[in-house]
Amino acid sequence: MSATFVGMPAFPTAARAALADTQLRHNLTHATHTIRDKRARVVAELPEWEELRTAGAATKDRALLTLDEQLVRLEESLTSRGAVVHWARDADEACRIVADVAQAHGVDEVVKVKSMATQEIGLNEALAAEGIAAWETDLAELIVQLGDDLPSHILVPAIHRNRAEIREIFRRRMAASGRPAPDDLTDDPGELANAARLHLREKFLRARVGVSGANFAVAETGTLVVVESEGNGRMCLTLPEVLISVVGIEKVVPTWRDLDVLLRLLPRSSTGERMNPYTSMWHGVTPGDGPQEVHVVLLDNGRSHALADQVGRQALRCIRCSACLNVCPVYERVGGHAYGSVYPGPIGAILNPLLKGVGSDPQVDSLPYASSLCGACYEVCPVKIDIPSVLVDLRAQVVDAHRDRRVPKPEAVSMRAAAWTLSDSRRLARAERISGRAGRWLTRLAGLPGPGRRWTSARDLPAPPRESFRAWWLRTRRRGSRS
Amino acid sequence: MMDGMRVALMVTCVNDVLFPRTGRAVVDLLTRLGVEVDFPEAQTCCGQPMVNTGYLDEAVPVVRTFVSAFEGYDAVVTPSGSCAGSARHQHRMVAERSGDAGLVAAVSEIGPRVYELSEFLVDVLGLTDVGAYFPHRVTYHPTCHSLRLLGVGDRPRRLLEAVRGLTLVDLPEAEECCGFGGTFAMKNADVSVAMGADKARHVRETDAEVLVAGDNSCLMHIGGMLSRQRAGVRVMHLAEVLASTEAAA
Repeated sequence: MSATFVGMPAFPTAARAALADTQLRHNLTHATHTIRDKRARVVAELPEWEELRTAGAATKDRALLTLDEQLVRLEESLTSRGAVVHWARDADEACRIVADVAQAHGVDEVVKVKSMATQEIGLNEALAAEGIAAWETDLAELIVQLGDDLPSHILVPAIHRNRAEIREIFRRRMAASGRPAPDDLTDDPGELANAARLHLREKFLRARVGVSGANFAVAETGTLVVVESEGNGRMCLTLPEVLISVVGIEKVVPTWRDLDVLLRLLPRSSTGERMNPYTSMWHGVTPGDGPQEVHVVLLDNGRSHALADQVGRQALRCIRCSACLNVCPVYERVGGHAYGSVYPGPIGAILNPLLKGVGSDPQVDSLPYASSLCGACYEVCPVKIDIPSVLVDLRAQVVDAHRDRRVPKPEAVSMRAAAWTLSDSRRLARAERISGRAGRWLTRLAGLPGPGRRWTSARDLPAPPRESFRAWWLRTRRRGSRS
Repeated sequence: MMDGMRVALMVTCVNDVLFPRTGRAVVDLLTRLGVEVDFPEAQTCCGQPMVNTGYLDEAVPVVRTFVSAFEGYDAVVTPSGSCAGSARHQHRMVAERSGDAGLVAAVSEIGPRVYELSEFLVDVLGLTDVGAYFPHRVTYHPTCHSLRLLGVGDRPRRLLEAVRGLTLVDLPEAEECCGFGGTFAMKNADVSVAMGADKARHVRETDAEVLVAGDNSCLMHIGGMLSRQRAGVRVMHLAEVLASTEAAA
């Protein structure tokens, strides 16, 4: 994959370009509404859904509040079952560990299970730089990889592509990395899936090293869990001799029983299914069965930073279901690329700033503002992450990070002026008299000057009234009122 | 229940400056229903524009002004789901930021007594039929903060259904945000307009004459688009519909 999110512009700029892509708009509306409706139907089947959400949030909170203990316990459980545990502070360390293991086995390719953590650390690019090809085996990730594209959704990374585009990508690109697509390939979903199946099977049977992430890691038992739909993950987890799993430290849950609630919440929230087709669980090495060398890379990469944020730490409860993306009116219109990260949508708008920190990168600082604060994300989140509240808190952090600028931003100046006017009703009344006159004059123009054009370029302004409410009250009611 | 109850109108800065007729409609409506409503003149704004843009320090003096205006009232009624949400759910965060325990205590005391108009009518006054007459085809947009932050549920719809002469038609994708979002409408103007365009399209699909909502800022955005399209649909605050009577018509 040659595409990268590095150097993406701030959200409003990226969004403007995305909004102009009519094919993207059409694909996204169709896809998000389909998954959204499916989710709503299967969630409505469970009268105890709210209790499940509360239990899911509590389970993850319990793990996060005792994270130090849980991780040590996880390492002990994994080690006792024959796995090798590595600790990675950041993306570079994690990529280095994976590359070293692959190189120790002298391989020039690995097969991959769909994994957000490996996307986050840019593993494919890092391995490519070492001469190791990392083959994505999830259907949508394959489409993205063959198209030199970027993922635009957590669950359905090729959501921005339709069938016709996928057919073109397969026809043009499959041959360069293995078995070519059949000459008579149509855009029938069954045919497309079969072409991918044949193409991937060669890679599954050939590869000696598999790479995965994990949806959950159970501290008590040393169990890693991968939840998937296609079965490609099961192939990668069982066929190769060596398995390397890159796992974010927030994936740990204390006990086996904790999986109960989370495995009920995840499929309904993500694919809108009562149960996902494949749930793979493994504990270290099982002699004579599956990979005989198992590595687990426990990844921080900003998670400790997020955990230290009192409001934002709840984002680490995220189980990557992507329900928030599918209901988000902003995501629905701009898609995932505009967020400049493998974590797009509402969760991306909080997770990226929490992992990376605010105040230094304008792209990251633009993300907390990429929301109308409508609250649809919070309503569907299976682990009750109050995304709107975290967004507002992060906005305050962005503003605070720039408070000591010698020349304040125009926005900061206008906010200070507004605060001055609005902290005394006499100042407001005076401003109303002035703005009433100015407003009547301004609406005679075709549009407002300066930043006001951002309003009037597409929307008319209401005709300002001759008299404010306050002035009307004083004129007509004051004598009779109690104040 | 209403006997001796001190009720204040929190008109909101947007209504005060741009939509005074909404504030007047609340006064007319409540007076007609036998509620004596006061307008504390010290009031200005709930501080939401600063809070939602990240300017918490700037919001502190605004929230202090809010407290001094509304302290001591039994109920604070506002024709805005968003501003009610700000008072009930955001003021505490601002007060805590100030480090002033007195302010924290004061906002915690006032917050639960702030009612969005439909909540006040249905929950406090126990009314759904307010004796209004409005012979028009109407569709209703449940604004996000009314719906999801306050949880007003079907109260506005029940109030509208009881209005004589009014035909209420369902708005497709009603619960989807219109794209206003406060400073979002300026900071992410392109996305805001894209969302508003879809909302305006759904409004037109209903063939309604009037789009009603409980927040004038959202209506200013949707209405501004409908007006630019010369769509022939006008926007109106819920309070104004409920204040309309046969005598006045």
